[in-house]
Amino acid sequence: MTDITAPSPPAAGERYVLNPMYLFRWEPTQDAHVLLYPEGIVKLNQTAGDIIARCDGRRTVADLVGELQQRYPGDDVRVAEGVYKFLEVFRAKGWIRRQA
Amino acid sequence: MPKDGSVVRLDGQGKPLWLVLELTYRCPLKCPWCSNPVDYARDGEAELSTAEWKRVMREGRELGALQLGFTGGEPLLRDDLEELVADASALGYYTNLITSGVGLTENRLRALKAAGLNQIQLSLQSSDRELTDTLVGARAFDLKLKVAHQIKAQGFPMVLNVPVFRQNIGQVADILALAEDIGVDYLEFANIQYYNWAMVNRDELLPTREQIAAAEREVQAARERLGDRMTIYFVIPDYYEGRPKACMNGWGSIHLTIAPDGAAMPCQEARIIQGLDFPTVRDKSLAWLWNESPTFEKFRGDAWMSPTCRSCDEKEKDFGGCRCQAFLMTGDAANTDPACARSPHHHLIGEAIARAHAPGRKVQPLVMRNDGNSRRLARGGQGGCGSGTGCGSGTARMEPDHV
Repeated sequence: MTDITAPSPPAAGERYVLNPMYLFRWEPTQDAHVLLYPEGIVKLNQTAGDIIARCDGRRTVADLVGELQQRYPGDDVRVAEGVYKFLEVFRAKGWIRRQA
Repeated sequence: MPKDGSVVRLDGQGKPLWLVLELTYRCPLKCPWCSNPVDYARDGEAELSTAEWKRVMREGRELGALQLGFTGGEPLLRDDLEELVADASALGYYTNLITSGVGLTENRLRALKAAGLNQIQLSLQSSDRELTDTLVGARAFDLKLKVAHQIKAQGFPMVLNVPVFRQNIGQVADILALAEDIGVDYLEFANIQYYNWAMVNRDELLPTREQIAAAEREVQAARERLGDRMTIYFVIPDYYEGRPKACMNGWGSIHLTIAPDGAAMPCQEARIIQGLDFPTVRDKSLAWLWNESPTFEKFRGDAWMSPTCRSCDEKEKDFGGCRCQAFLMTGDAANTDPACARSPHHHLIGEAIARAHAPGRKVQPLVMRNDGNSRRLARGGQGGCGSGTGCGSGTARMEPDHV
């Protein structure tokens, strides 16, 4: 990435919050969490929904990793890596923001 | 209209995810590129009542619709708009108001906010007061700017929608500056699509390839400068692309539009296709209209496609383009969209471009969208031009709308 304004990857002590432009909720007709925004729809898979549900500005990234590791027991390293990767992608898409 | 970059390519699994309600064709503006039918002013059925719209919204939710657009005409001319928004919010829709801004007061904004409205899309035609007011046939520029600031002050996510054509395409930088000052979240430069009123005025509105390239460079520079402070869409003009747009994500795939009289349509323009029947929600349930209506079934799948499309390796990507454009330019809605370079009718696009930019072409006054012109066009039977030639030739007898 050459964009010098691009933020650094997520760090353990940081907190993330949903971009207020987006509405996040469970949608029974899709059997999935969805993000709704001006004229747009994103259907989230279960893991993505689990992570965004916890981007509440209170939990740290470390808290989030811990919760996901409990929810998906087995391979803690893989879960942690997955959370960091998802957070970075979601931030790049503008769905979540780093809490100041 | 689906937006380049904003439409997630998603399989609706047969659900009409997007429900668009054209609450009225009435409008205080007279935009000569309006997407409403040119014969909107002919005597027809009355607009749906509040109760009828509520039934449509309820049935839409039952079918799995998630996004709801209130549009028109100017939806603010319906004094039940706030009531409909409140109902839609309670049903669980994400609610979008698509407006010219005329009629949007501080009080109505507050009421819409209280009703749960999620976002507002405001149109702006130019960064120049005089040009705006001339193009829309009303003193609208100052009002639009005032309304834009009020929308942000009320905390709404906001899309500023700029229809792009020859008259304003050189103003991209100025419009970007305006949008930045207002603090809009999404700025959409939408090259207009040539149907209905825009088709009548195509020779006067169509920009050149060079103008589009210059505008796109300005947009790119702004994207780099603004980062994620503002999302900027640039909706591509298919006349210059060589590839057709994946119109509506496919006919009857995820989009359902209800006209003011309750007619169910796969897109806002579909009524220009002659020979199709458009039953209304007064006659039928929304479920029947979506799932069983022959009109919606007509261009689903690929059995209807011409050999050009059916054998094409991109048919899953663009669905053969736009049925309305195929009808308007070739006379057969099942043909490959002539915007596609593989269409045997692709030369019609080149000819239209050449005609619009022919040296020495006599400039015609824009045919403004108003009741008088609408009735004249309805009598002339011009819903576009089925022959593919001579579009716009019928416009010389139109009275220009003096501002």
